[in-house]
Amino acid sequence: MNMISPTRKRLVLVGNGMAGIRTVEEILARAPGEFDITVFGAEPHGNYNRIMLSPVLAGEKSFEEIVTHDRGWYAANSIELVAGEAVAAIDRDARVAQGEHGTMRPYDVLLLATGSNPVILPVPGALLPGVIGFRDIGDVETMLDAARQGGRAVVIGGGLLGLEAANGLRRKGMSVTVLHLMPTLMERQLDPVSARLLADDLRARGIEVLTEANTKAIHGDDRVRALELADGREIAADLVVMAVGIRPNIALAKDAGLACGRGVRVDDAMLTSDPHIYAVGECVEHRGQVFGLVAPLWDMAKICADRITATADSVYEPGVTGTRLKVTGIDMFSAGDFLGDEGTEEVVFRDAARGVHKRLVLRGEKLIGAVLYGEARDGGWYFDLIRNGTDVAEMRDLLVFGPALAGVAESGVEALPDTAEICGCNGVSKGKILAAIAEHGLTTLDAVRARTKASASCGSCTCNVEALLALALGAGYDSVPKIKPMCKCTTHGHDAVRAAIREQGLRTIPAVMRALGWSSPDGCASCRPALNFYLICAWPAIYRDHARSRFVNERMHANIQKDGTYSVVPRMWGGVTTAAELRAIADVVDRYDIPTVKVTGGQRIDLLGVKREQLPDVWRDLNAAGMVSGHAYGKALRTVKTCVGSEWCRFGTQDSTGMGIALERMTWGSWTPHKVKLAVSGCPRNCAEATIKDFGVVAVDSGWELHVAGNGGIKVRVTDLLCKVATSDDVLEYCGAFMQLYREGAHYLERTAHWVERVGIDYVKQRIVADADGRAALHERFLESQRHMQADPWAERVAGVEAHEFRSLAVVE
Amino acid sequence: MDGDFAQAAWHEIGSVDDIPRLGARIVRLHGEDIAVFRTASDGVFALHDSCPHKQGQLSQGIVHGESVTCPLHNWVIGLADGRAKEPDEGCTRTIPVRLEGRRVLLGLER
Repeated sequence: MNMISPTRKRLVLVGNGMAGIRTVEEILARAPGEFDITVFGAEPHGNYNRIMLSPVLAGEKSFEEIVTHDRGWYAANSIELVAGEAVAAIDRDARVAQGEHGTMRPYDVLLLATGSNPVILPVPGALLPGVIGFRDIGDVETMLDAARQGGRAVVIGGGLLGLEAANGLRRKGMSVTVLHLMPTLMERQLDPVSARLLADDLRARGIEVLTEANTKAIHGDDRVRALELADGREIAADLVVMAVGIRPNIALAKDAGLACGRGVRVDDAMLTSDPHIYAVGECVEHRGQVFGLVAPLWDMAKICADRITATADSVYEPGVTGTRLKVTGIDMFSAGDFLGDEGTEEVVFRDAARGVHKRLVLRGEKLIGAVLYGEARDGGWYFDLIRNGTDVAEMRDLLVFGPALAGVAESGVEALPDTAEICGCNGVSKGKILAAIAEHGLTTLDAVRARTKASASCGSCTCNVEALLALALGAGYDSVPKIKPMCKCTTHGHDAVRAAIREQGLRTIPAVMRALGWSSPDGCASCRPALNFYLICAWPAIYRDHARSRFVNERMHANIQKDGTYSVVPRMWGGVTTAAELRAIADVVDRYDIPTVKVTGGQRIDLLGVKREQLPDVWRDLNAAGMVSGHAYGKALRTVKTCVGSEWCRFGTQDSTGMGIALERMTWGSWTPHKVKLAVSGCPRNCAEATIKDFGVVAVDSGWELHVAGNGGIKVRVTDLLCKVATSDDVLEYCGAFMQLYREGAHYLERTAHWVERVGIDYVKQRIVADADGRAALHERFLESQRHMQADPWAERVAGVEAHEFRSLAVVE
Repeated sequence: MDGDFAQAAWHEIGSVDDIPRLGARIVRLHGEDIAVFRTASDGVFALHDSCPHKQGQLSQGIVHGESVTCPLHNWVIGLADGRAKEPDEGCTRTIPVRLEGRRVLLGLER
């Protein structure tokens, strides 16, 4: 390379992946404008974050969200992107790269970043359609297609990638079996104890795990049908994902005559056997070692850029790496030599009930390895102790309890050295983030993300990046200006908490509080009911309602009055009652000496002044007459108000009463962010006042108008017109979809009116009206939830549930 | 328990297992309601079942840490001292309570 050449040097990158593009970025940072750069990529995209494929598979992110460099980035940096064309040959004598479709680009420096290929087991049937690896977005699309058909998936390989694939497929509704050759899962990252905890957690998520399972053959005629194990067992499979490892992709380098072992051999400067060709990433072999994790790639990129731009004589030294399996909602961290040998000692902490296991391995006064399972928050701290070879003799006693207890004056990011890695996905250190904040005057999380990429991928380090902003800016940092924390117990807003519940598979209130670092031991009267609802909404089939996180009314299934008595409102479907029901109500009033009987605004009857200990008896008698809880006390479906409609009214155009009863039968028992009221009017005169209801239906000659997001109350809000539909089945489907969209999207205690004002009626129209498939899916999710919710809470309590609520513990006279 | 409660007699009212964690049970004492609370870590406390604000039933509130939030207007009352947390001001009377094994004993004046 001639440093005084008047023309710019030509750099050709072979492989449009994470390692190569990161190297290009490092080169641009060191020597802007010094190179004419061409990038060849076999895939027809810009660059995307390959380690985020698992969240795409699991449905937590879209492909667009994991694109790190779109075509605009290449254009902005004057980089030529040759996408969808692999390089077929390198003419080293002429220094020309030749694309498979004939594109030729001469180079002064060539950078190989061809990555790796998944290992395909050499068993019969391995090439059948339906047998794939898990390597690129194409594989993810194949898996998503398969998952849409349902059926059975078998994942071969219980390592990091295999388990992430299994989790994603399970979450997409397939039944999933993981086969692992070794006796325990992830044996390269986990000790046997934590591996067993992991297997238990996966089984609890519905994933079958078979260890010591040796695949013998894959069967099928025109596509995979089943898989046979060496012990003769046969497992039915519609999809087989091989995640048994990766192999450096060295075909091109080998053809070009570069020195190769398992990978493309490079020296400490990332230079291959050709002085014009460098290599980085998973395609290389360095000191006999090959690479499969992301962190070493970032270091390679820096060294390689130093060398290509001749800005520093740095050398690549492989360091200790840490691993997390965060995406499945399983909190785990592993780093260094976690198994130890006869010269090491270990400190082990176990809390079997919470599923926590921590194992630290020490050699002399230094920590050399760590496995954390079930609670991995302090992983970064241990990782730093390992990497820096810190003398831990002083804090050894308390080391296993983390930095807060181990006598480190400050915990959290303040305590970390500048070299500490904050963002594992993008390899960004604390020092780099602080420098960017200072140098560019950054004041927001988004600005830091844009500038440094820290927390721009999986987001799990967001709170650490925010802490650094707060540290750098002091009072000048308004953490997440528009997102209000749920309450004083947390810095997270409602949306972030709901996302974490879904994405991390959090199933209990304590699990949410642990995972998100709640500052109070068991929350407060504000966050606990919210979390209880969010968990009910996310996991209707399995979540066990936590009565102690309910407001008194929802726990007692009656409305507490100012004198400590309760009011009881039985459901009156569509506001219609009968002589028998009225007689039963009258008998109850007499029998229990109930002081006040009041007709409500929602077309029902309210019995006021019932004593706590009378409630089960009152309910039993109402149940006996066929009446159930009206949920007049809950953040729940309240009433469906109707007019008499076409059956009696000379103006009525449709059977509004029947429609209202059908709606109430579908929606009763559902828990919602705030109370929900429905109404159905039989003609545009709107006697049922449908246009100030959460979901209002107005019959017209040709069908039904659907109105949403109205309410009476302090500030009256008239509904927005959602759309008009033709049939009563349509009304039910749109209503169910609206209920579910509200349940899944609104913040706790946000009425539909406020929610729609926040998200916009256009958003609601787009989700409910424009997107027919989405509407059907929302409706189905609502009905699925209802299958678990529609049990009369009064009948349950008459039968003895929560009996202690209605009795005194003792009477002392 | 000295001073005021030198005359106290300990009266067994039940087992700690009869009180839900993060909840309360009511003990009817000479016609008055006493709320007996159990925290997440099995601490047991007893207060008059009446918020200093508008006499809401503290036994029906949400228990968190060593506090309870009144169901009527969300005042937060300390279980150990009966005091309202700032910015509210007021105090509910506490009743001495202790555990003997799982048995819950209230200290009652003779």
